[in-house]
Amino acid sequence: MASYILRRFIGSVVVMWAVATLVFFMLRLVPGDPIAAMLADAGGPEEMEAMHRRLGLDRALVVQYGIWFWNMLQGDLGSSIYGSRIPVTQIIVEAIPRTLSLSLLAFVIAMVIAVPAGILSATRRNTLTDNTVSFFAFLGLSMPDFWLAILLIIVFAANLQWLPAIGYTPIDEGLWEWFRHLILPAIAIGTAFSAIIARMIRSSLLEVLSSDYMRTARSKGLTPWMLMWGHALPNAMIPVITVMGIAFALLISGAVVVENVFAIKGLGRVLIEGILNRDYPVVQGAVLVVSAIFVFSNLLVDLLYGVIDPRIRLH
Amino acid sequence: MTATASLLEFNDVHVHFPIRQGLFKREVGRIRAVNGVSFDIKRGQAFGLVGESGCGKSTVARAALKLEEPTSGSIRYAGEHVSLLVGPAMVKYRRKMQAVFQDPFSSLNPRQKAGQIIAEPIRVHGLKPPSQIKAEVHRLLDLCGLPTRFEGLYPHEMSGGQRQRIGIARALAMNPELIVADEAVSALDVSIQAQIITLLEDLQRELGLTYLFIGHDLSVVRHICDHVAVMYLGRIVESAPSEELFSNPTHPYTRALIDAVPNPDPAVEAGRHVEPLAGEVPSPANPPSGCVFHPRCPLATDRCRTQSPDLQTIEPNHDVACWNSPQAKATPTTAQRNLT
Repeated sequence: MASYILRRFIGSVVVMWAVATLVFFMLRLVPGDPIAAMLADAGGPEEMEAMHRRLGLDRALVVQYGIWFWNMLQGDLGSSIYGSRIPVTQIIVEAIPRTLSLSLLAFVIAMVIAVPAGILSATRRNTLTDNTVSFFAFLGLSMPDFWLAILLIIVFAANLQWLPAIGYTPIDEGLWEWFRHLILPAIAIGTAFSAIIARMIRSSLLEVLSSDYMRTARSKGLTPWMLMWGHALPNAMIPVITVMGIAFALLISGAVVVENVFAIKGLGRVLIEGILNRDYPVVQGAVLVVSAIFVFSNLLVDLLYGVIDPRIRLH
Repeated sequence: MTATASLLEFNDVHVHFPIRQGLFKREVGRIRAVNGVSFDIKRGQAFGLVGESGCGKSTVARAALKLEEPTSGSIRYAGEHVSLLVGPAMVKYRRKMQAVFQDPFSSLNPRQKAGQIIAEPIRVHGLKPPSQIKAEVHRLLDLCGLPTRFEGLYPHEMSGGQRQRIGIARALAMNPELIVADEAVSALDVSIQAQIITLLEDLQRELGLTYLFIGHDLSVVRHICDHVAVMYLGRIVESAPSEELFSNPTHPYTRALIDAVPNPDPAVEAGRHVEPLAGEVPSPANPPSGCVFHPRCPLATDRCRTQSPDLQTIEPNHDVACWNSPQAKATPTTAQRNLT
C-alpha cells in the first residue's frame, strides 16, 4: 500500500511537470507580447527592449524555462509582471480558498440533490418520479453553467434581491455571509455535476438492486431502509466515486467561468485575467495549482477504492 | 411420512408475469411461469423439484420465499396463508424459511466479511444478545465445517464451496424450519457438490430441517430427496417418492429426463441407447394447447393436443399428469385435481 501511494505520488508529480512545461511553451506560442500590452502606445522600441531585459524575456526560451523551473523547485513561482509585481504564490494563496469554498459548496449541494434523486429514480424505476428526475437531470446537463449563473443572478439577485449578485466574503467574517455570497455560483456549477451523479447513482443502483446478494439480504428479513443504506448504496457508490473523481474537473472548470460571472477573484478569474494580459508567471502558477488539484483528487479517488471495495487490492 | 403435518402447501398456485409493450406499456401477453402448481411438503421431508431451465422451478422457490406474489392460488405455511401475513408475522415467517441460492459467487455481499454476513440476521432479528453473537457465528461456522478464522474473510477470498458453506451458515443463523435450496449445488464442482450435499444431509439429521430442494441434476436430487416432483412449463407433470419415481417413471418427460442421465460405467454407457427428447421447451408466453408436453412427446395422441391432463394418483403418493397413464386411459372423464 505504502509503495503504491509512493509510486502514484511520483507519477502525479511527473504529470504536473508535463502540464507545467506544456503550458510554459504554449503560452509563448500564443501571439501577443506582454510588454506590448503593458506599454500600449506609451513606450518606444527602446523602452520595450529595456522592459524585456528587466523581466528576463529577452533570453533564449530554454534559458527562461530553466530559470523558471529552478525557481519553482524552490517554491518560488515568480511575480506578476504587472505594476506592483505581486508574487504569484501570494495571488494563488489568496485565490485558492475562494475556488475551493465554491467547489466544495457546489459539491455538497450537488450530492444533497443527487443522492436522493438517484435513489428515488432507481427504486421507482419507469414511474412518473423516475421520469421527472430524468427530465431535470437532462435539463441540468444541457444548461451551460454561465447561462444558468446569469439566470440565477437575474432571478435571485436582481428581481427578488434575496442574495448578492457579486463578490466573496471569507468564512471567518461569518458563515452566513460566506454562504450567501457563494450559494448562487455553487448552484450554477453544481447543477450539471448533480445531474451526472444522479444518473450514475440510478444506473449503478439498478444493477445492484437486481443482484443476487440483494436477494439474499431481502431473505434475511431486513427492512427496506437497512437494505438501501446497509447493502445497496455502499455497493452502488463504487462506480459513482470513479465518475465523481472525473467530474470534479467539471467543478473546477465550471468555477473558472462562473467566478467571472460573479466577480469572485478565485483561481479561475486569476487564470483568465492572466491569459488576457499575457501575464506568463501568473498563468503558469495557476495552471500548476489547478493541475495539482485535479491530479491529487483523482489519486484520492483511487485510494478511496481500496476502502470502499475490499475486492480491490492496491499494489 | 404421511402421518406428519404438512409444513409448506401450494394449492393451485399461478405466477404470471405480464409482458408490456409499446408507448403506453399495454399488457400484450403473459408469461405463465408457474401455471397451477400444487404440492405438499411434510415437516422433516426433503422435497425435490426438478425440470429444465425455464420450467418455473425457481419461480416456485421465489413464491415460497414471498419474493414473488402468486397471481392466484394459495400458499400455506404450517396451515397459515402466507399472502395474508403482514408485519411481525411476516418477519417471523421469513425467519422460519431460509434460502440457499445457486451462485455462491454473487449471492454474498462483496463488501461484508463472512462474520458480518452471518451475524447480520442474528443482530437484526435480536435472536441472541449482542454479547453472544460472536460465539453464535463461531458455532454456525463450525456447524458448516469452516474454521472460525473465516469470519474475517471477504467472499472473494474464499472458494466456491467455502462460500456456499457461508451461505448455508447464514441461512441457519435464523434457526429456520425450512430451507429452500434453489440450485444450491449446481454452480459447484462435482467433488464440492458432494461435500455440500453431505453437509445438507447432516444438517437435516441434526437440526430436523425440511428442504425444498430445487435442481436439474437428477442424480443429486435422487440422493438427497425423499419425494420428487417433475416440472415442465410451469406445471408439475409427475410427483412420487424418490425410489418410486426413479424405478417406475410414468410420464414420458420423466422417463426422458432419467434416460438422459449418463451411466458412470463406460461399458454400460456405450451400449445404452438413448432417445434424446426432440425440440425445445416452448415459450411460457405461448404454451401449446392441450398437454403442454405434446409437441415433444413420443406418445402424443389427438386427445393430448386438445385436452390438458390433470394429475392422477396411480400408486399411493405417485401422481402423474398424462393421458397415456393407465389410470387416465381407464377414466376418460375430466379428472378432478386431487393431491394426497
